[in-house]
Amino acid sequence: MPDTPVVRLVDVHKTYVMGDQSVAALDGVDFSLDPGEFVAIMGPSGSGKSTLMHVIGLLTRPTSGQYFFEGQDVSSFSADDLADLRSRRLGFVFQSYNLLARTTSLENVELPMVYAGVHADQQHERAMRALEIVGVPEMAEHISNQMSGGQQQRVAIARALVNDPSLILADEPTGALDTKSSEEIMNVFTQLNAERGMTILLVTHEPSVGRKAKRIITFRDGKIVGDGPTAEVFKHETIAL
Amino acid sequence: MSIIALVRVAWEAIVRNRVRSLLTMLGMIIGVSAVVITISIGVGAREAVSAQITGLGSNLLIVIPGSVTLNGVRTGTGAASTLTPEDGLAIAKLPKVAAVSPGVGVSAQVVAGENNWYTRISGVAPTFTYIREWHMASGSFFTDADDAASAKVCVLGQTVVENLFPGGENPLGKTVLIRNVPFTVIGTLARRGQSASGQDQDDVIMIPYTASMQRLTGTWFGGFVNVIAVSAADQPSIPLVQNEITELLRQRHRIVAGMDDDFDVRNLQDIANAAAASATTMEFLLAGVAVVSLLVGGIGIMNIMLVSVTERTREIGLRIAVGARSASILLQFLIEAVVLSGVGGLIGVVLGIVGAGAVAIFGHWPMAVPVVGILLAFSFAALTGIFFGYYPASKAAHLDPIEALRFE
Repeated sequence: MPDTPVVRLVDVHKTYVMGDQSVAALDGVDFSLDPGEFVAIMGPSGSGKSTLMHVIGLLTRPTSGQYFFEGQDVSSFSADDLADLRSRRLGFVFQSYNLLARTTSLENVELPMVYAGVHADQQHERAMRALEIVGVPEMAEHISNQMSGGQQQRVAIARALVNDPSLILADEPTGALDTKSSEEIMNVFTQLNAERGMTILLVTHEPSVGRKAKRIITFRDGKIVGDGPTAEVFKHETIAL
Repeated sequence: MSIIALVRVAWEAIVRNRVRSLLTMLGMIIGVSAVVITISIGVGAREAVSAQITGLGSNLLIVIPGSVTLNGVRTGTGAASTLTPEDGLAIAKLPKVAAVSPGVGVSAQVVAGENNWYTRISGVAPTFTYIREWHMASGSFFTDADDAASAKVCVLGQTVVENLFPGGENPLGKTVLIRNVPFTVIGTLARRGQSASGQDQDDVIMIPYTASMQRLTGTWFGGFVNVIAVSAADQPSIPLVQNEITELLRQRHRIVAGMDDDFDVRNLQDIANAAAASATTMEFLLAGVAVVSLLVGGIGIMNIMLVSVTERTREIGLRIAVGARSASILLQFLIEAVVLSGVGGLIGVVLGIVGAGAVAIFGHWPMAVPVVGILLAFSFAALTGIFFGYYPASKAAHLDPIEALRFE
């Protein structure tokens, strides 16, 4: 079913209770993401965009509402089922790369395959291919702290795509990078989307980063306040980012 | 995911943190080697003690005179003159008695040619070599006929041989003057070394007890001996023989009910048992100490694992994010703990065996490698790993991935 959205949220709420106060991080979110889309979620810090990312990434469950991942209602899934979905269908890219210390790039990229149960014989080859896709095959035997931030983030992207997921989630992927590296990383995402049809959802508060996406969702106080093609969104000067 | 993959993941994590892993294992290494060494010391000491005691003689019972009370002053055991050679003959007729040797001891200056020496002169019966399981180095021991004739023949211990015949000349057939009485050397005793109390057992001359009483101690007419050594027919009958000797001697010495014995029957088996029991007690004590050190080692593992979980919070968060089930995380940390304690245990076993060997060399006792002890120590170490590794592992498995990924 090519038309089944990768992600569909229906009236999703997420409330955190702190002491006797409850904070609504997500306040009735309806949202749908089709295969092949490249979407940036933008909004000020504290707007709930990270929480949305965690809900979509199956790292936490919504307080109420429905979440369909590739058409399946995941609210009834067990923790282990969610872990299996994460390992096979999702790829994560973090602001701080989160590569394992004292570990080679190759081993870092192999990590998700270990948990997805990929046969040990195939891991090496697939990890090498992923490193080639992101353009750092020569870094295979380097350990993380020998590499620049941009190189580390490329390895992290290779790790995210190695299991051929249906969705890559990137949380402020350029937040720790300089302008030039930032641009390079965004080009990697653009290429993955354009050449491989990879569905990408990234969270950012930098307009220059968001501009690379094809669709922009603006977020404020746990609600979606804007949703449209990038060109259209950036035409209106009213948007305050 | 397969257990093999998990073991690989755990092993990689251990190797990545070499120094910390080694420090973690230190507790286990010390604990296990302590257990192995202490058990080995216990077993070795017990064997040494039992070897010393069986070395005293086979199924040996010693009868010595009791104390006497003279004008209200009580002398120590053995001071009285109450045992006679006839007591010995009577004991020899008891059913379960294999051999009896009266003993008359005196210390004297002895002379052979130009050399002289001060030594113990032990008057015994020919059965003595059997009772004490003592062998000859050369010549032969005296016979019943020598005993009956109070023959002036003697058998020399090796220390006496060395002092009276220093040039290595053959003492057989030579004459030794004991208190100016000439005795002919007819044999030399095999070297025996020190007794359990550190006495040189080879510093002795043996002569027929009759000759000793008649020609040296002058107790022939009174007819008293210092000691009667008795060999029971077999080990189980030792207590029986002990009772029978007591009954017999009370009768012979006309001791009525209510009066104290004027002799003492000592059973070396009792001493052996007491020594074995104290060795066992010691073993338990040492094992207890060792188990405590293993426990401390286990707690050390738990502490370091807890630190490790905290330090690796982000790693755990990442593993969960890329699809590790919580059981996988739990198993990974559990396997890490078990591998750490297991490898630590193995190193401890090796160090323990080396240490036990060193202790055996210093303690001059047989090296004992207690296989059961080693297996126990090792499995205890692995169990400690599981037990103390579980808490940190379950802490890791239940981390919230979002919090964990944000952890600085």
